[in-house]
Amino acid sequence: MALMVRAGSITQYWSCEHKERKLMVNRVAIIGVGQTYHTSKRPDVCIPELCNEAVKAALEDAGLTIKDIDAVVMGNMELFEGRYHQDLWQADYVGVYHKPGFRVTTGGTTGGTLACTAFFCAASGLYDVVMAVTFEKQSEGDSRAGLKTVADPIWDRWISTGAIGTFARLGNWYMKESCATEEHAALVRLKADRNACLNPHAHLRLNLKTVDDVLKSEMLVPPLRKLDMCPTSEGACAIIVASEKKAKKLSNKPVWVKDWVEVHNETRYNRGDPVSLENLEKAALTIYKRNGITNPRRDISLAEIYEPSTWAELVWSEAFHFCEKGEAYNLIERGATERNGEFPVNPSGGVIATNPIGATGMIRVAEAALQIRGDAGPHQVSREVKRTFTTAWGGSSWTVAHLLSKSPD
Amino acid sequence: MTRKVGIVAVAQTEYEEAKPAWREAEITYQIVEKLLGETELSFAEDGTGIDATVTCSSDHWDGRTLSDIPHGEVAGSHLRAEEKISSDGINAVIYAYLQILSGHYDIVMAIATCKESQTVGYIIENFAFDPVYQQKLGLDFLAAAALQANRYIHKYGITPEQRACVVVKNRGNAKNNPFAQLRTPVSLEEVLDSAILASPIRLLEAKPVSDGACGLILATEEKAKKLTRTPAWIAGVGQCYESHYLGDRDLAECDALSLAAKNAYRQAGITDPLQQIDLAEISEYYSYQELLWSEGLGFCGKGDGGKLIEKGVTELEGKLPVNPSGGVLSGNPTLVAGTARVVEIALQLMGKANGHQIPKAKAGLAHGTYGPCGQHHAVLVLRT
Repeated sequence: MALMVRAGSITQYWSCEHKERKLMVNRVAIIGVGQTYHTSKRPDVCIPELCNEAVKAALEDAGLTIKDIDAVVMGNMELFEGRYHQDLWQADYVGVYHKPGFRVTTGGTTGGTLACTAFFCAASGLYDVVMAVTFEKQSEGDSRAGLKTVADPIWDRWISTGAIGTFARLGNWYMKESCATEEHAALVRLKADRNACLNPHAHLRLNLKTVDDVLKSEMLVPPLRKLDMCPTSEGACAIIVASEKKAKKLSNKPVWVKDWVEVHNETRYNRGDPVSLENLEKAALTIYKRNGITNPRRDISLAEIYEPSTWAELVWSEAFHFCEKGEAYNLIERGATERNGEFPVNPSGGVIATNPIGATGMIRVAEAALQIRGDAGPHQVSREVKRTFTTAWGGSSWTVAHLLSKSPD
Repeated sequence: MTRKVGIVAVAQTEYEEAKPAWREAEITYQIVEKLLGETELSFAEDGTGIDATVTCSSDHWDGRTLSDIPHGEVAGSHLRAEEKISSDGINAVIYAYLQILSGHYDIVMAIATCKESQTVGYIIENFAFDPVYQQKLGLDFLAAAALQANRYIHKYGITPEQRACVVVKNRGNAKNNPFAQLRTPVSLEEVLDSAILASPIRLLEAKPVSDGACGLILATEEKAKKLTRTPAWIAGVGQCYESHYLGDRDLAECDALSLAAKNAYRQAGITDPLQQIDLAEISEYYSYQELLWSEGLGFCGKGDGGKLIEKGVTELEGKLPVNPSGGVLSGNPTLVAGTARVVEIALQLMGKANGHQIPKAKAGLAHGTYGPCGQHHAVLVLRT
C-alpha cells in the first residue's frame, strides 16, 4: 500500500540516518489564552477590533495588563483580507504601540507558527512576557481565490482546486487504501459536532444526531460532503507566553511548553502525488523521539490537531501514529477519540467546527492549555490531562507541532 | 543561559532595475548557493548543518498566497523548519537571532527576496493603510513620506540642499559597491533639478524600482568560530512600532526608532553612539529619512540631521560614515533593504567590503524600517 511504503520510508529514514541533536532550550510557559467567539461574518468589528477582543480575553485570563507585555508578535493568512503589512493597522489595537514586535506568516500553519514564535521570543532571554495574536476575517476577502493562488502560476495554477479538491482526493485515496467508508467520515463529524456543542467558542454547533444527518448533506466533490469540510470562520486568538522565572511569578497555573517542531515541504500539484504525509509524520516523530514518547495514546493525554476535513482526521491520526496504519476508522468506530474516550482528539470540536484560518493553529494550543489547566469548561475531558499534542497544518503539506505539559519537567 | 550569536556568511545578488530572466525563487537560490558554497554547510540534520530557514518575501509583491513556498523549496525547507517574515527583511535576521538565542537552533539561514519590477508598488502600498480612514485618500508610502518631509522641514528648517547632500553622498558611495544598482554619482544640481514626485520629494531623492535578494547565515559562538575566522557578532537588537494613524503622530519625530535604538544600545553597552559606533547602514527610502533617522538613532540632537550632513560627519571619511554601500537610494528592493543593511555591516566588520571598506571598523549599526513614515523600526548593532 502506498501509505505503508511512504510511512516505511520515513520511519526507516528516522531510525537509520537521523541522529537527534539534544536541545538546550530555555523553559517557557503559556500563562494566558484568549479567543473571540467564531462565526461566518463579523460585520460589527474591523480586523483590529476583532484582534483586540482576543487580546483583552488573553490579558484577563492571565490577570495581566498590557503594561506587563514586553513584545507582541502577529500573523494571519497574508493575502486573504488583501491587507499589505497587516500588522501596521493592528498595532494600536493589540498593544504593540511603542513596543517591540514583528509579524510572521506561514499560511494555514500561521497560528501554530506564531505560538512557536512566542516560544522562541520568551526563551531567547530578550523578552520575558510575549503575546502572540492571530486572526482571520474571511468575509473581507475571497479565501477560495486566495487558496487557488497557492499553486505555482506557471506549472500548477491551472489544475489547482483549493482545499476541497485536496481533501476529496484524500478521502478517495483513503477508502481505497483502508477499510474505511463514508460512514466513518460521518462518525468523525458527529464526534466533532458533539464536542463543538459543548464549546461556547465553536462556530458550527449543529446538533447532528445520526450518520444519516451527515450523509444527506450536499455533495461537494465525491466523497466530500459539505459536512465533511470545515466552515469559513472569522475570529481571533491570542496567547501569552512567559519565561520560566516570570511564569512562576505571574501565574498560578502555568502550562509548560516542552517542545515544538516545524516541518515544511514542497507543494507540487503537477507531480500527481495523491497525498503527502511525510511532513505530518516527521513532525510527530520528532516530538515523540525528543521527549521519550514511545506510545502516543498512552504517553499523551489528548490531541488537538488541525483537521480541516473529516478525512484529514482519519488519515492524519495514522500519520501521527495515534494508531496503526489503516486503523483510524477503527479508532473512531469504537469511540476511542471521543471527549471522554481513551485518547480524546479535538475535544473542542476542532477545525471541522471552527476555522478562522490564521488563528486556527493557535486555537489548538490555547484549547490544549485550557484542558491542562482544567479550565476548558463544558468540554473539559474527564481524564487527567498531563501532556498534550497539538498541530497546525497548511501550505498543503506543512506541519507545526507542539508538546505542552502540566509539569515543568 | 545567554548565547552569543554571530553572522558567519553573507551573500547578495546584484541589485537591478529588473531581472526578467529569473523567477523569484531562482533569485533566492542564487543566494542559497553562495551561502552554502562559502560555509560548506548543508541541510544535514545530525547537528552539523543549517537547522532552520527564515525567508522574507511578500504575497503581494510575488502575486501568490504563501509566497514562501517557492523560496522555501530552494532554501532547505524540504521536511524541515522554514518560517516567513513578511515585513522588512531586517526582522528576518532578528527572528533568526531570537531562534538561536532560545537554544532551539544552532545555525539559521535568513534570506530576503523581492522583485519590484513585476508589479505596481504604489497600489500594494496603498493596501497598507487602514481601509476605513486612510486608504481611500489614495496614500502610498511616497505620499506619506512627502507629508512627513514637509512636517520635518517645517519644524526643523531642513533645507533642500541638506536633503540633496544625502543623495550626492550615497550615490557617490555606491560607485564603489559592486552590488549597487545606481553606480553613477550625481551632482547637487542634478538632484535639485530632478522632477518632483510628491512635493518636496524629487525623483533622485526616492529609491528606484529594484529587483534582488540577499541573505546570511547566523550561528552560535561555538559553531561560528569553526565556520569563519571573522564572524560579525550581534551585540544588540531593538524593534518598535509607532501608531498607525498618521494624524496621531508628530511626523517630525521618530520616537519608535529612538526606543528601538535604546534597547539595542543597552544590550550592546553603547552610551554615546557617535563615539562608539564606527559606521551605520540606514534605510533611507527617501533622502530626508537619512537625516531624520540619524536623529532617532542619537547620532545628533533633534532637528540637527541637516547639520550632521553639512559637517560631513556621515561622509566616507567622516567620524561616522553612514551608508558607505550607497544605501537604499542607490537601489535595494523593499523588504530586502533591511537585510541588505545588515549584510553590508557584516561585510565591513569581516573586512570584505570590496571597494568601499571602512578601515578599522569594529562596531556597526544596521537599521531597517517599513510602513508609512517609518511605522516600524528595527536596529541591530554588530561587533567584530
